[in-house]
Amino acid sequence: MEKDIKKQQEYKDIAQKYEPKPTLLKNVLWAFVVGGLICDVGQFFLNLFVKRGMTPEQAGTPVAIIMVFLGSFLTGIGIYDDIGRFAGAGSVVPITGFANSIVSPAMEFKREGFVFGVASRMFNIAGPVIVYGVGTSIIVGLIYYFLKG
Amino acid sequence: MAIKKIGSQTVKFANPPSIISSGTIVGPKEGQGPLKDYFDMILTDDTYGEKSWEKAECKMFQDSVNLALKKASLNISDIDYLIGGDLLNQIITSSFAARQFNVPTFGLYGACSTMAEGLSIASMLIDGGFADYIVVTTSSHFSTAERQYRFPLEQGVQRPFTSQWTVTGSGSSVLSSNGTGPYITHVTTGKVVDLGMKDANNMGAAMAPAAADTILTHFNDTGFTIDDYDLIITGDMARVGKSILMELLRKEYMNIEDKYKDCGIEIYDESQDVHSGGSGAGCSAVVLNGWLLQQIKSGIYNRVLFIATGALLSPTSTQQGESIPGIAHAVTISNYA
Repeated sequence: MEKDIKKQQEYKDIAQKYEPKPTLLKNVLWAFVVGGLICDVGQFFLNLFVKRGMTPEQAGTPVAIIMVFLGSFLTGIGIYDDIGRFAGAGSVVPITGFANSIVSPAMEFKREGFVFGVASRMFNIAGPVIVYGVGTSIIVGLIYYFLKG
Repeated sequence: MAIKKIGSQTVKFANPPSIISSGTIVGPKEGQGPLKDYFDMILTDDTYGEKSWEKAECKMFQDSVNLALKKASLNISDIDYLIGGDLLNQIITSSFAARQFNVPTFGLYGACSTMAEGLSIASMLIDGGFADYIVVTTSSHFSTAERQYRFPLEQGVQRPFTSQWTVTGSGSSVLSSNGTGPYITHVTTGKVVDLGMKDANNMGAAMAPAAADTILTHFNDTGFTIDDYDLIITGDMARVGKSILMELLRKEYMNIEDKYKDCGIEIYDESQDVHSGGSGAGCSAVVLNGWLLQQIKSGIYNRVLFIATGALLSPTSTQQGESIPGIAHAVTISNYA
């Protein structure tokens, strides 16, 4: 057994040597540019609604709805995955990426039917984000409640 | 008594079966690659006019069998056994395709090593006197494999550089007891080797130890030297796996670099954004039945060692954090019996 572990470690060292290094700088730059552009679009709509008389708090909801629509639409016409290939986290982190993660499995599993395909697979990727997002917010909320109270 | 077995893992055939015909069908991306002129059929649409990718893969499987039979002027009723395999759960492509054929069928799963596994078993059946004609077919499809093993197609994710691109394609070989070559003279059946690699996006690293083990065993068992071969070709080590394999063999004082190729590297051009290279049960099948057999028949390579490699993982094993077992089967294909 000990010999096996040593052999595995030796092999791991060899394998690692030939692993191509990720192009970190390029990825970060693309993520910054594309992520920034997506945020610019959001900011544009926010400014527009504020100019039309909404408060910034009120304008947040319609902006989110528009961004989710755009993310879903670009996924539906097959463009979002191409953006994602270059932008990486830049297009995953904004709310458009969240929309992409729900719409793409919904499209993919349509063949398995609307119940067991679309509906049940829809949250395959987004599900954990929601679970831990809600979970964290509850914990933070409780801490806030007791500290303040 | 196992009179045809030599060494620890190899069989030498008394009456080597011939590969009398082959059929290949590939998807649009493979049809733009460097081997495009060698395939029988290139799809312009990877759904192949079907409602699902699974159905498309099944149709590709059937058509590659039909293409191979047609070239040999055989009917499916002349076939003693169909041996098939693919990557999908419960090998549905092979089984569903075989529904149409009404022929005795063996279904195999060896992941991307299935073509060599099928050729090995078919050769044993023929040399053993159990069959005269056998069709061996494997297939894979990028879109069916992605949805089973990885992410939805439209999801915007970045693939790591070590990842490989599943080949959309199906290849068939017709083997016969009666033929004029190319012959299958030896097979070395691989052992499952696992050196603890866990990254499902780096299958080359998971499979390299198995490939090295089978290659070394083959030369030990047969007493062949590298000079006995014109080409040593693996199934889908791809670029990362190739580099590791070369180092593993160098450590055992074996240098095959001058005679080495890999189907996963040959099938795509570097500009096709496939990262490390191709993979899938269809990868070695279409390269063997398309490009390689034509090279052997025209005498460019007279004796070839074909080693298809498989990463025996499943989505469940990956999620449970298991390491990836690898396997490699070697088949000697030669113009001389």
